[in-house]
Formats: sequence, C-alpha cells, structure tokens
Amino acid sequence: MAMIEFQDVQKYYGDFHALKDINLKIEAGETVVLIGPSGSGKSTLIRTVNGLEPIQEGKLIVNGQDLANKKTDPNRIRKNVGMVFQHFNLYANKTVLENIMLAPRIVLKRPEAENKKFAMQLLDQVGLQSQANKLPAQLSGGQQQRIAIARSLAMKPKCLLFDEPTSALDPEMIDDVLNVMKDIAQDSDMTMLVVTHEMGFAREVANRVIFMDDGQILEDDTSEKFFDGEPSNERARQFLGKIITH
Amino acid sequence: MISIFQNYGSTLLYGLGQTLLCSIIALVFALVIGSGFAILEVVPNKFLRVIARVYIEVFRNIPLLVITMFFYVVIPMYIVEISGFASGTIGLILYSSAFIAETVRSGIQSVDPGQMEGARANGLTFWQAMRYIVLPQAFRYVIPPLGNQFINLVKNSSVLAFVAGFDLMYQGNVIASDSLQSMSTYLCVGVLYLILTLPLSYYMRYLEKKLA
Repeated sequence: MAMIEFQDVQKYYGDFHALKDINLKIEAGETVVLIGPSGSGKSTLIRTVNGLEPIQEGKLIVNGQDLANKKTDPNRIRKNVGMVFQHFNLYANKTVLENIMLAPRIVLKRPEAENKKFAMQLLDQVGLQSQANKLPAQLSGGQQQRIAIARSLAMKPKCLLFDEPTSALDPEMIDDVLNVMKDIAQDSDMTMLVVTHEMGFAREVANRVIFMDDGQILEDDTSEKFFDGEPSNERARQFLGKIITH
Repeated sequence: MISIFQNYGSTLLYGLGQTLLCSIIALVFALVIGSGFAILEVVPNKFLRVIARVYIEVFRNIPLLVITMFFYVVIPMYIVEISGFASGTIGLILYSSAFIAETVRSGIQSVDPGQMEGARANGLTFWQAMRYIVLPQAFRYVIPPLGNQFINLVKNSSVLAFVAGFDLMYQGNVIASDSLQSMSTYLCVGVLYLILTLPLSYYMRYLEKKLA
C-alpha cells in the first residue's frame, strides 16, 4: 500500500489556488525529492501530508487514513509522520535531550529509562551526544537541525518530511545535515519526502524527483532519468539548467 | 504622621490587612481567569475566541467602580446579599483579569509560531503544545508587563473604600475625618501602599532577571 497518496487534491488560500490537481503516490520506503522555484507550492504540498495545511478538495491518504475526512485525527497521522523544518523549530525552553524526549513521553507514554536511552542513542547517531544538556540557542544551525531530525526519529515514524532542511544553514554545515539524512535513507526503510535545492543529495539519494511549478506537478521521474536523461517538461529543463550551473 | 500611627495604628493595620487579603485573592483569581481567556483568544475554535473577546472588551472598558457598584448594589437587590469586601474583590477580579488576559495573549503571540508548529508536527495536541512549549515561553515574555498589572491591581483595590470594604483607603478616610489631620493620614496611607507595592515590584524584577 502507498504510504502517501494524493488523489485530485486542490488547496486554496482564499482565492489563491495553491495546489492544482495533485495526483501523487509515494510507496513505503521511497525517498522522493521535491524541487521547484519558490512559490511553486512544494512547501504547501509537504505541509498537507501531516495536516499542518488542510486541503479543500480531493483525497489525501497517509498511512491508510484520509486527511480530507473531517473525522480523521491529524494527531494519529503525526505519530507516524515526522517533520523537519527549515528553521528547526526546536523547543526553545527545553534542553536538547528534553526536546527529543518530550513527545515520546507524553504522546507515546514511553517509559522514562527507555526513552532516555533511545534519545541518547539518537544523539549519538547524529553526532551530538555531548550537547545533550544544552539549550537549542547555544548550538549552531547545523547542530540544531540534526537535533530536530533526532527529535523526529524519536517517535519512530514510518515517514519523514523535510521542508528545506538545509536552506537556513551556512554552507559548511549543510553536509553534516545531509549526511545524517543520507544515513536514514540508506540504512532504514523510512519513507522520505524532501523539499530541497540540494541537487547532489537528490541525485545520490532520491529514488524519484518531482518538479513543481505554479501549484502543479510538472515532472515525476526517477532521479536517473531526471538528472542523466532530460526532463520532458520544458520548464523543468530550464530550472535544472539554472540550478546546476551554480 | 507618627501621632497618626500611634493613635490609629490598629485601624491602619486592619485596613492594610484587608487590602492585602483582597489583593492576594484578586491576584490569584485574575491571573488564572485572565490566562484562561488569553488562551481562549488563540484557540482554533472561533466560537471560544469570540466569547473571550467579548469578556475582555466588556470588563476592560467599563470603569472598575461601575463593575463593583453593580455587585454591591444591583445584585443584592435581585439575587443575593454581597458584602462590600466581596463585591469590591469580585469587581477587581473581573476588571484585572481582562487586562491580564490581554497581556498574556500578547505574550503567547510573541512566541515564534514555529514552536507550536514544531510541537504539533511532533505529535502533541494543541493543549499539550500550549502547556509544555508555548505558555512557559509566553510567561517569560510577559513578566514585566504582568508586574505592572499586579501593581495596578493592588492600587485599584482602593475601590473597596467606596463600598465599605474596610481596606486601607477606607480606614484612611475614616481616620482623616476623625483626626482632622488629612495630610498626615494620607501620607501614612501612601506609605503603607508603598510597603505593599514596592516589594511586589522588586520581586517581579527579580523574577525577570532569574528567568531571562
């Protein structure tokens, strides 16, 4: 069964038609990169997947539940679908360790000892065990983003959404974050949907590349075809040309 | 001034006690009720938001004395007898809670919306996110303006003087007309109010530093 399935989805902000006729199926375990110019709707699309943005028409089935159905509790979906934001959104009033342990404790009721052990293990995985007792504000952007990834992983999600995870980072820190993401993509059966401009990452890690513009999906290819062949869509070719010459 | 303290010391102390009692009761209730309405102002449910808005606008924009007189004069006529002290305290709670609600709401809204979003995406409910993430940060921002509200509340408790609440201001009026020494009396009263408000003001400043 598909992990995420959009069926004729329409999303409006007032009069503005933000997502147009979205049809998209992402299978469990796939790593999909979503690219496109700013304002193309890619962030909006990824934010609908865990119900942060409601959709107005169509069906959006995530982990077997339809988010368009008013009876669906988005919290049940969020337990299985983590999200990593451009600006990290770590809890400013909690230490690094508490950031990771909070949701498993109060949402999943995970026993304290097990919770702490797993949190420390995750910190080790992202290479930040020594920072456990610091506050987010004391860390660099790259470190904060790796903590945010650990925080999402602590919920043991089936799917992770990344909304421009490296766009707010200094160039030197981007690799640290991308490496953590690569490890997750390669070592686990996590479904990953990533909005990014990191073409190196897309080429190396993604199974599929989706190109969006003006609220529509214009191109949906395997990453080999997208990068080594030619996108069939003219607009996607233009975009790729510009982004790769940089 | 010294003679006022010598002759009317116990009366003044009783008034100070009533003022302190009224202020503490009003402060606790106004803080709880005000924070409650502040949260209602930012919930997703529009109906609850409207209720909060109406409550705040009504009690913020009517003079404290009018609210108090309503409880002291009107309610006893139709419903139940209320003492001056109680009606003044209720008036003070309603009036102050509206201002505290506005203060706390501004604090909630100055917390980065990403905090709520991060918590929701992490699986927390709206209320859990409020309790563990947003409110602790909001209260840190609002300690200085909240301190102002608390000081105003203590001073506004002098509304009790109009409804025979036997507070400091009331006793001051009594002493002034009895002793015919208005200046010394009101100086004494002023000093006693300072004894209540200055420590409060220093304590809020201390909290602000400690939590910064």
